[in-house]
Amino acid sequence: MRIFRAIPLIAILFMATPAQAVGVDAEVLKDPAQEALAQNVMAQLRCLVCQNQSIVDSDAPLAADLRGLVRKRIADGDTPQQVKDYLVARYGDWVLLKPPVKSNTLLLWGAPLGILVLGAGGILAARMRRGAAPLSDEDTAAADALLERDG
Amino acid sequence: MSGLQRLIVLAPLALLFGLVAIFALQLDDDPSILPSALIGQPVPAFDLPVLQQDARATDSLFKTGTPKLINVFASWCQPCRIEHSLVSDLAAEGVEIVGWGYKDTPAGITRFLAELGNPYSHVVLDESGQTAIDLGVYGAPETYVVDAEGIIRYRHVGVLTQEVIDRDLRPLLQSLAEA
Repeated sequence: MRIFRAIPLIAILFMATPAQAVGVDAEVLKDPAQEALAQNVMAQLRCLVCQNQSIVDSDAPLAADLRGLVRKRIADGDTPQQVKDYLVARYGDWVLLKPPVKSNTLLLWGAPLGILVLGAGGILAARMRRGAAPLSDEDTAAADALLERDG
Repeated sequence: MSGLQRLIVLAPLALLFGLVAIFALQLDDDPSILPSALIGQPVPAFDLPVLQQDARATDSLFKTGTPKLINVFASWCQPCRIEHSLVSDLAAEGVEIVGWGYKDTPAGITRFLAELGNPYSHVVLDESGQTAIDLGVYGAPETYVVDAEGIIRYRHVGVLTQEVIDRDLRPLLQSLAEA
């Protein structure tokens, strides 16, 4: 059967490994654990020139500089939070790909929960209204007849 | 339909129009114009060599009692050539401008200024571009207004245009000069 001939080809397709983005630079940290930590921080930082990429994914010169800076600070013993705070002080919250929960981002973070509560409230209200609707005279008569028959 | 039912039916439509209005207003926003974290803050501490002098410049350069511009530029930066004549015009009017040589060699900067003229009172050399990170620089060109006390008051990312100068820079420089 011809279909069997296709099986090896399909099998090869499944062998393709997904592309892994890592900040590729000539100089990486010698300690693999520190390099992994630095990569993790880089993935959370926005490339300010290209805006919708992290500095890991970007080829912009500034992104390369920032990668070097993250590596240096991690190597010097900074925690990931200290590195992020350092950059936020210079570039603002915008440099973080995930916006922090603050008074001016409450709407952003609260909106999904708010919409959920509104929706649940709406459904609940609709249910209660339907349940509380009084029976019409015909329905009352029919119910009485049923009760009489079974009772 | 009762009043409440009509309200519930119309709410999604009203919401849609509301969103359309918000998005339409935001179409005019240029996403490259970003808030600077350093507005209202002093020029960060730095210590950099100065072009063609044996001296070094520090942030005390901006605490001399007169407002100044910082113009981030480089010889490899084509847009910097475009804005150079406008920067030169400002300098000719008496605005003190500090050139920030960004990721460029002294030789490259010397060549650039020899070709196009030197409007800068000082040119500080930030060859690695590391000090510019403290200033929150994205790239060249970029222009900052620093007041007489060394506080950053304004930042423009990208090429200066006559429009930006007339709309933002001149009024600000004027108010700083009167203050």
